[in-house]
Amino acid sequence: MQYETVIGLEVHVQLSTESKLFSGSATTFGAEPNTQANIFDLALPGTLPVLNEKAVAMAVKFGLAIGAEIGKRSVFDRKNYFYPDLPKGYQVSQLDFPTVGKGSLTISLEDGSEKIIGVTRAHMEEDAGKSLHEDYQGMTGIDLNRAGTPLLEIVSEPDLRSAKEAVAYLKKLHSIIRYLDISDAIMAQGSMRCDANVSIRPVGQKEFGTRTEIKNINSFKFVEKAINYEVQRQKDVLEDGGRIVQETRLYDADKDETRSMRSKEVANDYRYFPEPDLLPIVIDDAYIEAIRATLPELPDRRAARFVSDYGLSEYDAGVLVATREMADYFETTATLSGDAKLAANWVSQDLQALLNKHSWELSDSPIQAERLATLIQRIKDNTISGKIAKTVFEAMLDDSSDVDAIIEAKGLKQVTDSGALESLVDQVIVDNPDQVQQYRDGKVQVIGFLVGQCMQLSKGKANPAQVNEILRSKLS
Amino acid sequence: MALTKTEVEKIAHLARLHVSDVEAEEVAKGVSDILALIDKMQSVDTDNVEPLAHPFDAAQKLRPDVVTEPDRRDELQQLAPQSQDGLFLVPKVIE
Repeated sequence: MQYETVIGLEVHVQLSTESKLFSGSATTFGAEPNTQANIFDLALPGTLPVLNEKAVAMAVKFGLAIGAEIGKRSVFDRKNYFYPDLPKGYQVSQLDFPTVGKGSLTISLEDGSEKIIGVTRAHMEEDAGKSLHEDYQGMTGIDLNRAGTPLLEIVSEPDLRSAKEAVAYLKKLHSIIRYLDISDAIMAQGSMRCDANVSIRPVGQKEFGTRTEIKNINSFKFVEKAINYEVQRQKDVLEDGGRIVQETRLYDADKDETRSMRSKEVANDYRYFPEPDLLPIVIDDAYIEAIRATLPELPDRRAARFVSDYGLSEYDAGVLVATREMADYFETTATLSGDAKLAANWVSQDLQALLNKHSWELSDSPIQAERLATLIQRIKDNTISGKIAKTVFEAMLDDSSDVDAIIEAKGLKQVTDSGALESLVDQVIVDNPDQVQQYRDGKVQVIGFLVGQCMQLSKGKANPAQVNEILRSKLS
Repeated sequence: MALTKTEVEKIAHLARLHVSDVEAEEVAKGVSDILALIDKMQSVDTDNVEPLAHPFDAAQKLRPDVVTEPDRRDELQQLAPQSQDGLFLVPKVIE
């Protein structure tokens, strides 16, 4: 039977505030255990929450970026469960009145088409601490540094139809969040986490199948693998005449499989109720408009501008706007060099390859936009050829002096002196009588070989256009 | 709406409360009386009434995003029955 896959994602994003959602404890990643856990985070009696204004502003900013309804009056609720990494015995979250309501974002599919994915809601909640299960005298170790860190949980509609669409959605979400600078959104560090609700149904059936929720997916690659595994597992179960059990499953990246967590407590046992220690958050239009005014140009709009202003292809524009840093880098390079097309090629190919090779972030690159722009200018003003530019680019990695000094020091300047080029061409004509004869007999494509010989003889420094011209005139 | 003893036991378990057999019967009756009152309240037409999130008619005050709490780990861990390497130790949590 043919099945259709239905996926909805729940994405938790740690908001990059300095202090926690309800307390003045620090939120720095990687601090010594419990050095950022204070009386409120430890749930000592008598402590009360005080809401962080930055977290609210970040949530609203996200809502506006995805065109969502902003809750004018949002309410925190207690979600009750007992776990030692949550010392209060409940997590403060938002159930019926989240700060961000219905919105949407657009993803690009592999065939070039676009699809709108609905976002049901995004609500604020506090993160839990960490349990360490290594042996501490047969006990569990608890680190509450993360407890109380603000999270935004972004819930999608079940609009995704394949693992690839899920990854595209997650990447788009990641890009928007980075543009807004509301989270580091690093999956490997847990500042962006993804749970996937997956079900399948026979093609043409209207009702959804029974879904399972996959947890513990901590990279873009694993999102795709975990969903594909789960879809296949569900197909196998149905094909064998079985039924899908609604349950939470854990993804094991080492074994590339999902397995049942066999949660003892059934769903809806959280006994939510309004958090009596917090009043409703009231947001007015003036506040919303003030936040809207801080929105940066978002990736979709920026890509469209790159196409119209710089004449880039939609593909190149899409690659360059994936991160705000990359888009800024490209724009600076394009403006300073005066050649957007060359800048786009260098940034999306040579620079990207360099970053991939060394696993660098853009900010780690020893070649920043200003230097790359100078290099491109030297190609344009014929100081160096495009090919020699690759050599200069390599040299720039270890040498922080300016581009012109490197070209000078390495003797890489392009030879444009016509006297020097003519003697070069004469030499190649003498060395290659057969090819010269072939050219004169009408096999004009041999010119390419001869130009190549000239370039080789000059160690790449001859200006190829000039060589071509001199060769043609000497052979005619 | 009446609450059974089994339901009381389930709710008590979720709240990690120990309720003896005798208490469960009593609590079931007590809570059922409260639920009866709620049933009565449910019959009031509230279609045009906003849900009440808090008895105070006020909005939440916000605090600036500033770190105000220093590291007091050593002091705070004195309160815990057991700690090691900066971690609080609790009975083994079985996944």
